[in-house]
Amino acid sequence: MITVSSLLDDHWYERYKKISRLNIRSSIYDVTNRCNLRCKGCFFFSSGEHEVAAEENDVDKWYGFVEKEMERGVNLAILIGGEPTLCLDRVEAFYKKLPTFCATNGLIKVPRDRFPDMMVGLSLWGDEEDEKILRGKDTFKISSGNYEGDPHAYYLYTITPKQLGKTEQIIRKIRDVGLKVHIQLLSNDEEVDGFSWQPDELVAVREEMDDMLDAYPETMISSRYYHEIITTGKMLDRSFGWLECPSVTEPLDKREPRPKRLTNFIRWSSDLKTMHRCCTSETRDCSTCKDGAAHMSWVMVNKRAHIKTSKDLQNWIEVYEMFAKLYQFIPW
Amino acid sequence: MTNDINKTITRIAEIIINELKLEDITPETFDADLDLVDEVGIDSMDLATVVLVLRDEYGVRIDEDDYPKLTTVRIIAGYINDKLSGSE
Ligand code: SF4
Ligand code: SF4
Repeated sequence: MITVSSLLDDHWYERYKKISRLNIRSSIYDVTNRCNLRCKGCFFFSSGEHEVAAEENDVDKWYGFVEKEMERGVNLAILIGGEPTLCLDRVEAFYKKLPTFCATNGLIKVPRDRFPDMMVGLSLWGDEEDEKILRGKDTFKISSGNYEGDPHAYYLYTITPKQLGKTEQIIRKIRDVGLKVHIQLLSNDEEVDGFSWQPDELVAVREEMDDMLDAYPETMISSRYYHEIITTGKMLDRSFGWLECPSVTEPLDKREPRPKRLTNFIRWSSDLKTMHRCCTSETRDCSTCKDGAAHMSWVMVNKRAHIKTSKDLQNWIEVYEMFAKLYQFIPW
Repeated sequence: MTNDINKTITRIAEIIINELKLEDITPETFDADLDLVDEVGIDSMDLATVVLVLRDEYGVRIDEDDYPKLTTVRIIAGYINDKLSGSE
């Protein structure tokens, strides 16, 4: 039997031990069905998830719900939407009790006197031009003004095929406002012309992401292995997709055999009763899904499959560290 | 008592090897003091899988709050034996 320490030198083994017992149990919450933008390709609106359930408007119910989630063992609340900052009282119900991450387009500033250390992920879909095409406005101008130098915020940069060759200018822009960036790839749920990935573009974007990581290691929260996985959809000798996805809502998960998956994971609708199929669009085709968090989690839940060679295990450690940093379980 | 605990240790090692499909190891050669997280690399889902089998086999309930302290096969065996003898 191959043991962990036989594959790692002291430096890597220490890194392994810092994350091996974190036992992160996340769930995802739609805070609201509304947003102050309407981006083309937003999975939430394109799949009609904003109409699935009416929002729970009683804040006390949100507090009671959070208690129940904690009883289920959830120790990380990932808030999405719609736009969560439209409903800060609901956000606060989580933040007061749990490590909380809030995804936002950054147009509204989370008041730091009320949420001093809540991790905020600022969505960004490319340069000015792409942002205008896909989101109707250049959000960076506003979000960077709101969050410049904030140690508890980072950009979640969704790279589109149109961004090939142009990512460096974005990474520098982010670095220059004193923030960090995590990258993922657009899944193009609304099939906007020219925004779906072609095989050669995936090869090119992987190379570009690797180069950016080498050039801006202090700014990029990423790893080469993650780039490999999201661009190829392959991990070890396996292919990503419905049969392997770890981010399926547990009570709705009837797959047999059951793959390695996130323990107790649920994505809740804002009525606090309805569950969505998975961490992203209900209607997305799993075979083309590029969801970054699902790919990261796929690696994370398959630790023992990586206890084969030193390189495999180091790859696993880097992906786990990346996730743990993004949600403040370990420092940057 | 020593015999009992040794039997339990071997059986738990066997369950872990089978459930987690560990290769190149037998229940007899499994080091009962090997740290399951730091060395074998098991995670909480693996442990939950093993716990289900242990529950069926020994008829003991293992609280999830106790998972973090179940770090080796010897400790798990002691935990089960304590439960069976009613000392916990
Ligand atoms: S800002 Fe986010 S929630 Fe709002 S429309 Fe755009 S992608 Fe969707
Ligand atoms: S769409 Fe993506 S995240 Fe959802 S179940 Fe399919 S593969 Fe998983």
